[in-house]
Amino acid sequence: MSEVTNVPEVGLKGLLRFVWRQLTSMRTALILLLLLGVASIPGSLIPQRAQNPMKVREYFASDPTIASWMDRLSLFDVYGSSWFSAIYILLFISLIGCVLPRSLEHLRAARALPPLTPRNLHRMDFHQMWIGSGEELSVAKSWFGKKRFRIRDFEGAMSAEKGYLRESGNLLFHLALILILIGVSLGALFSMNGEAIVNVGERFINTPTTYDDLSYGRLFRDSSLPPFSLTVDDFKATYNPATSAPEDYTLKVSVIEKPGAKPVSRIIKVNSPLGFGSTNVYLQANGYSPVVTVKNKEGEIVLQGPIPFLPQDSNMTSIGAIKVPDTSPQLGFVASFLPTAARDKVRGGISSYPAALDPRLLLSVWKGDLGLDRGIPQSVYRIDTSKMQKIGLKALKVGDTFTYADGSIRFDGVEQWVNLQVVKDPGKGYALFGGILAILGLLASLFTRRRRIWVRVNSEGTVEVAGLAKSGAPGLAEEIDQLITDLRRANP
Amino acid sequence: MTHTSLAYLSNNFIYSAMAVYTLAFFAHAYETAFAVRAPQSDVVDPAHGNLLVKTFDFKRTERAARIATAFMILGFLLLFAGAVARGLSAGRVPWGNMYEFSITGALAFSGAYLFALRKYDLRWLGLLVSISVLLTLGTAVAVLYRPSAPLVPALKSTWLVIHVSAAIISGGVFLLSNVIAAAYLYLDSMEQKGARNRWAQRLPSLEVLDQLSYRLVAFVFPLWTFSVIAGAIWAEHAWGKYWGWDPKETWAFITWVAYAAYLHARVTVGWRGRKAAWLCLLAGSTFLFNYVYINIWGTGKHTYSGL
Ligand code: HEM
Repeated sequence: MSEVTNVPEVGLKGLLRFVWRQLTSMRTALILLLLLGVASIPGSLIPQRAQNPMKVREYFASDPTIASWMDRLSLFDVYGSSWFSAIYILLFISLIGCVLPRSLEHLRAARALPPLTPRNLHRMDFHQMWIGSGEELSVAKSWFGKKRFRIRDFEGAMSAEKGYLRESGNLLFHLALILILIGVSLGALFSMNGEAIVNVGERFINTPTTYDDLSYGRLFRDSSLPPFSLTVDDFKATYNPATSAPEDYTLKVSVIEKPGAKPVSRIIKVNSPLGFGSTNVYLQANGYSPVVTVKNKEGEIVLQGPIPFLPQDSNMTSIGAIKVPDTSPQLGFVASFLPTAARDKVRGGISSYPAALDPRLLLSVWKGDLGLDRGIPQSVYRIDTSKMQKIGLKALKVGDTFTYADGSIRFDGVEQWVNLQVVKDPGKGYALFGGILAILGLLASLFTRRRRIWVRVNSEGTVEVAGLAKSGAPGLAEEIDQLITDLRRANP
Repeated sequence: MTHTSLAYLSNNFIYSAMAVYTLAFFAHAYETAFAVRAPQSDVVDPAHGNLLVKTFDFKRTERAARIATAFMILGFLLLFAGAVARGLSAGRVPWGNMYEFSITGALAFSGAYLFALRKYDLRWLGLLVSISVLLTLGTAVAVLYRPSAPLVPALKSTWLVIHVSAAIISGGVFLLSNVIAAAYLYLDSMEQKGARNRWAQRLPSLEVLDQLSYRLVAFVFPLWTFSVIAGAIWAEHAWGKYWGWDPKETWAFITWVAYAAYLHARVTVGWRGRKAAWLCLLAGSTFLFNYVYINIWGTGKHTYSGL
């Protein structure tokens, strides 16, 4: 690197140029690179909002002062924080500032010939001299030609060079990093990610209101949601009878890609989403929805249908809440669902197998105020019973009815639900392409040896051969030995 | 053969491999310990007349060394058979939990050693390689063992096979380069104090070690890059997001950045010797940290350790 003069040019322009030169220097890049690594560490040790919101809430509950300070430093959102972004944006400005000019220069150099043969060949790493026959230059020329060196001929001397691919690969690698970043940024701006719980038999229409949870990239609009709909036809989970571990989940759906199109049957599995364009639909989780019918004192139906429950363990012991807000007083059923009922001395009713072999619905019935109008968002799986009164307790098999003072509930059966995740990320193709180019570039760069070899024959017939390996590339000594052997063998 | 008997077979292969690695360790130890003193080639400080380098002749123990290498190869084959049987017994690739990661990791490490041995005079490393493989296998068998079982659906993916095998091979080579960087630092301080000890005399010169640890890193860095990308592709298939800053992903990224910085420091800034060796160790420790800490104590979607 050339000496940077320490007398900056006066004025803003000079200052900017100085900053730019500093930023695009190799040392700054190296420091920023290490800094990026260090800056990623806190996010892997401290729970992050995006991945683990519950843990973050625990931090706030146990020590609000420290937690709010940590929050001010974005320690719960490290990878979206301004300081993290600052590091990688600077790094990539530095990268662009250095790599683009070098790419242009490299393109120009690609057509150039190897440099002149230096006068003092004996100063090179490898050097040999002998009295030759005069044929050496033409033998060398065909030798270099066969090995696909670039050759530059002079009067009585020859420069040969090989390994431009190293620099090309290196530039390709760094340019590919920029492409990956472009892909990631497109994702951050134009992606969407939503989740919805759908019972088997139900239809899912891709509009914002059908989602339980939906987030957009900064520039994503509702109108960009692809207009598909799908019906969940069937869901099958198979388990290992000995260990209860899940073995396979298969989800069958009928998809209508655009309004008016014909439904098409498709299969979704855990590792094989359904895709159209840059949108994918994933099978993310599953569970049971007990189907119940709740009647009031007069025998009128006040609630009927499948209610999704949340699995708690590997045997699908599930909890849920059946809320009936339209009666007065309001009714709430705090419930557990056991697909295969069993008893545990400590925990009471639990499930002993994840498939619904012997389903049981355990209920405690509450009446009073469900607290739904207080404006605090509530979990659909839990009931705040602080303003309610317990009026009954019961375990139901399929078909059983429980009658209590204010009405009755019947356990009609059980269905399954699946959690569908819909993701649209228009940047991922660029990122993948960038990744592939990066690997190709790396391979070309790290496995190409760049070297120069010179041959000179002076008027007295003395042959001189010398070589130089850039960045200590190995194997040049052997190559030169081989060349010399071939040159000497050519002696008549 | 039934799945259970295959699982037993796998365990027996692993135990035999451990026995053979123990023999390899003793053979290497013998090679070092029973080398003959060669006072005629001692190096004496010309100014003060004191002994600088006590030299040894390793010719007499050459046979022990060859036997040691044969044991290393045999151990590798047994370990390989153990991993294959384990995979067959579970009907999948043998990297579903921490026990299996350790087995395949040890396999990759000793494989990297044998591979490098074909090209370089690395036999001096055998003592370290055999003892590290033994410790890894011992921990795996004693602490991490889990009965053989099929994979949960999220792990059933070709990309998993590709991603993890690339990661394990990279890990083996990274660790080998770390061992060499550590040897560099150790020898360097020994030489600065005066002379190499007996074991160290079998080792090549500092420059060779320096180059070797760099070569190994440069050789696997593309594979590690590939492994991270394959992981991202798998994550995209399984979780809907190719990059989610899960702790495991984050540390894979940190390792990648650290080795990129190492390569930069060497290729563009020209770091050599102690500084480079320390940076190499730093990068390697991020890999180990990921393996041990995040697998066992970390939270996130990658907690498949089975512990
Ligand atoms: C920010 C500005 C950057 C500049 C100016 C830069 C420049 C360079 C240069 C000149 C080389 C040496 C090529 C050779 O002669 O072999 C190199 C190698 C390398 N760079 Fe960068 N780089 C930058 C950023 C990055 C980043 C962000 C990464 C990845 C995290 C990276 C990864 C690598 C790797 C792995 C190598 C060694 C492999 C190879 O030679 O291709 N660089 N870089």
